[in-house]
Amino acid sequence: MAQMSKDDTRLDLAPKIFNMWIFIFTSGMFFAAFTSGFIVYSGGRGHGLNVIMPSAFLYSTILIVFSSGTLFLASKAAKGLQFAKQRMFLWLTFALGIAFFAMQIYAMYVLTYKMNIFLTDPNASRSFVYIFASMHLIHIIAGLLLLLNTITATYRKTPQVINLFKMQMSSIFWHFLGIIWIYLYVFLLLNQN
Amino acid sequence: MSTLAVHDHGVAHHDEHGHEHHHNQSFLSKYVFSMDHKMIAKQFLITGITMAVIAMILSILFRIQLAYPDKTFPLLTTLLGHFAPNGRISTEFYLSLVTIHGTIMVFFVLTAGLSGTFANLLIPLQIGARDMASPFMNMLSYWFFFLASVIMLSSFLVQKGPASGGWTIYPPLSALPKAMPGSGTGMTLWLISMVCFVASSLMGGINYVSTVLNMRTKGMDLWKMPLTIWALFLTAVLGVLAFPVLVAGVVLLIFDRSFGTSFYLSDIVLNGVPQPYEGGSPILFQHLFWFLGHPEVYIVIMPAMGISSEVMSVNSRKPIFGYHAMVYSLIGITVLSFIVWGHHMFVTGMNPFLGGVFMITTLIIAVPSAVKTFNWLATLWRGNIRFTPAMLFAIGMVSFFISGGLTGIFLGNAALDINLHDTYFVVAHFHLVMGSAAIFGMLAGVYHWFPKMFGRMMDEKLGYLHFWLTFIGAYLVFFPMHFMGLDGVPRRYYAFTEFASMQRWLTVNTFITWAAIMAALAQVAFLYNFITSIFAGKKATQNPWEANTLEWTTPVEHLHGNWPGEIPTVYRWPYDYSKPGAEEDYIPQTTPFSQTMSSNLPHDFEDNPVGLEEQNKFTSTLKANEEVK
Repeated sequence: MAQMSKDDTRLDLAPKIFNMWIFIFTSGMFFAAFTSGFIVYSGGRGHGLNVIMPSAFLYSTILIVFSSGTLFLASKAAKGLQFAKQRMFLWLTFALGIAFFAMQIYAMYVLTYKMNIFLTDPNASRSFVYIFASMHLIHIIAGLLLLLNTITATYRKTPQVINLFKMQMSSIFWHFLGIIWIYLYVFLLLNQN
Repeated sequence: MSTLAVHDHGVAHHDEHGHEHHHNQSFLSKYVFSMDHKMIAKQFLITGITMAVIAMILSILFRIQLAYPDKTFPLLTTLLGHFAPNGRISTEFYLSLVTIHGTIMVFFVLTAGLSGTFANLLIPLQIGARDMASPFMNMLSYWFFFLASVIMLSSFLVQKGPASGGWTIYPPLSALPKAMPGSGTGMTLWLISMVCFVASSLMGGINYVSTVLNMRTKGMDLWKMPLTIWALFLTAVLGVLAFPVLVAGVVLLIFDRSFGTSFYLSDIVLNGVPQPYEGGSPILFQHLFWFLGHPEVYIVIMPAMGISSEVMSVNSRKPIFGYHAMVYSLIGITVLSFIVWGHHMFVTGMNPFLGGVFMITTLIIAVPSAVKTFNWLATLWRGNIRFTPAMLFAIGMVSFFISGGLTGIFLGNAALDINLHDTYFVVAHFHLVMGSAAIFGMLAGVYHWFPKMFGRMMDEKLGYLHFWLTFIGAYLVFFPMHFMGLDGVPRRYYAFTEFASMQRWLTVNTFITWAAIMAALAQVAFLYNFITSIFAGKKATQNPWEANTLEWTTPVEHLHGNWPGEIPTVYRWPYDYSKPGAEEDYIPQTTPFSQTMSSNLPHDFEDNPVGLEEQNKFTSTLKANEEVK
């Protein structure tokens, strides 16, 4: 066993980051499946969406774009060894993430209570709006947990390699969540008539 | 999922515990929550075999009903209770049996049992890695699979029985809990189980892809990888891209079942009461399902292809014929598998033009399949064949793949499918081409790598007995079904022999049932052999089959990290068997060309001019010396 020690200390972090990339492809397929389902459904039966998206969706989009910006700044701070700054921007990203979550819930509230567009609408293209948003929110919860994990690591004695690794993992995932939401939102906007 | 990858043990434990940890593993961390890929492979294998036995028993139960639709068996009532009142399996339970048999065999045995076992065992060992990219995720992958298995089996304990809408769980049957008994709690459990299963598959698949691409040892470029690794890698790619689509379909189904949406439901009248669902399309589910479902059949067969290629090359003592063609045809199958799903839906009212497109893409798959078949046969041709049990199963795999594949050409034809769809012809086709072929590939792998897994050999004589009874049994069971299908006998019927026009098939049904019982009993030979060999088999040597690949350079006793010293470097492809001029009939991948001067060929140095110069010097000296003589 002693001879093993030489490459035993290798952390093999690169493959783990690669894991994250593959997971993103997987997750991308998941949302691609929903949007293709939408196209098959609305095309096949001639059911259009006919709902103007509530503006809360637009606000939430702005929020998540901003959160990507703050996360980028956090990464930059981490690389520059400015740990207080890194922590601050991470918390800011986390807060924006929570705000995004709340705004999405508010958008669904508006859809249901103000616009009378229900999940159980006989026109299932309208149900799809809820599916898109809620499946994305489940991913957001995972993203927030990942951010939290990265934040707690900054309070412990974490080696810089690990700190950067965690930053990279959460960055890949969080930016991806932003991109996916923009994809879904643009998809809905294009199909709302 | 990603949070979990961060908590990986490799990081934490080397900082905190040093190296003692390896020696002081508790029972729990060594055998139960193990993160060693070799132990996880064994866990997958044993769970897979257990599930296979259960699914096989289910098939015998419904075969009894088919062969003896009028007889009563009081024993069945004793065993199954209210599922078999008055000594006969009830109609609903018959459908449950068919459904769960299919689900377990396709997903739990031939996806998790096959890929899970061999990807976990072989990927790190054959590419030269200490373990998987994320051992923790790998462990979770097994335990999600285990949980999925338990949930799936627990559906036999609910009062109305397991899901019974067929393994494809088409709505509206599956979407309406009141549609039939099996659509209630049984269906809910089926869905929960499958979500766990997909989570397991994805975690495994992500790991396999990442490990193959990132963690190969020095010298192991992609074109030096054994075909097993190519096959398992492409299988994982398929799974990673296809399974999320199934989850999407299942999510919508769950919303239809439990939240009142109508993605798949429209114009339903249940027990005379019109239901409020409007506008849904059950065809949408079929699209989502088969977008996974078709790649799924390649997820099932490709590992078997890879295993057979490796086993056949080793036991023919010949290089695999057309290595590059084998890889390209695997890639071809992988790509094509995503654009053929419509051939499962020819009779759903699909536009005939679209059907034509799907027909063409489907029939193109015959090309890579035929390339592979040709190459297997050419590998056997004039080989110095060793008929080990593994070799027999690998050849059996090729046999089933041919005889089952031929009928695929009929079924892939949009016009012929109007007659053949939903008949026993389909049952015969896929049981040969992906059922028997894949299970034979898996068994070939078990016999071949048993010494690697357990450090002991399996008994050969019992292996031969197992092979011949299973091989003959499988043909006797499935071949007659072609003729039933051509006669129009529909699948999934409880007692089709009650139709006057189909009464004559009763004798055939009885024959098939007895053949199935014989084949099932043959598995006892395997189980006995497998279990006793773990404890009392002949001790294996380090390289019992005289094979070239890296796994046989590891010590027989397992250790976490696979190689005691440095990971060996790879110098050559894995198929240098019976190379002219070599001392032995195999040259391991770890042997550098400088040690095999007498057998080197000019094409061994295609990208190595220095080596070529040395080789030329050697050959010219050799010639000069001979002239002196």
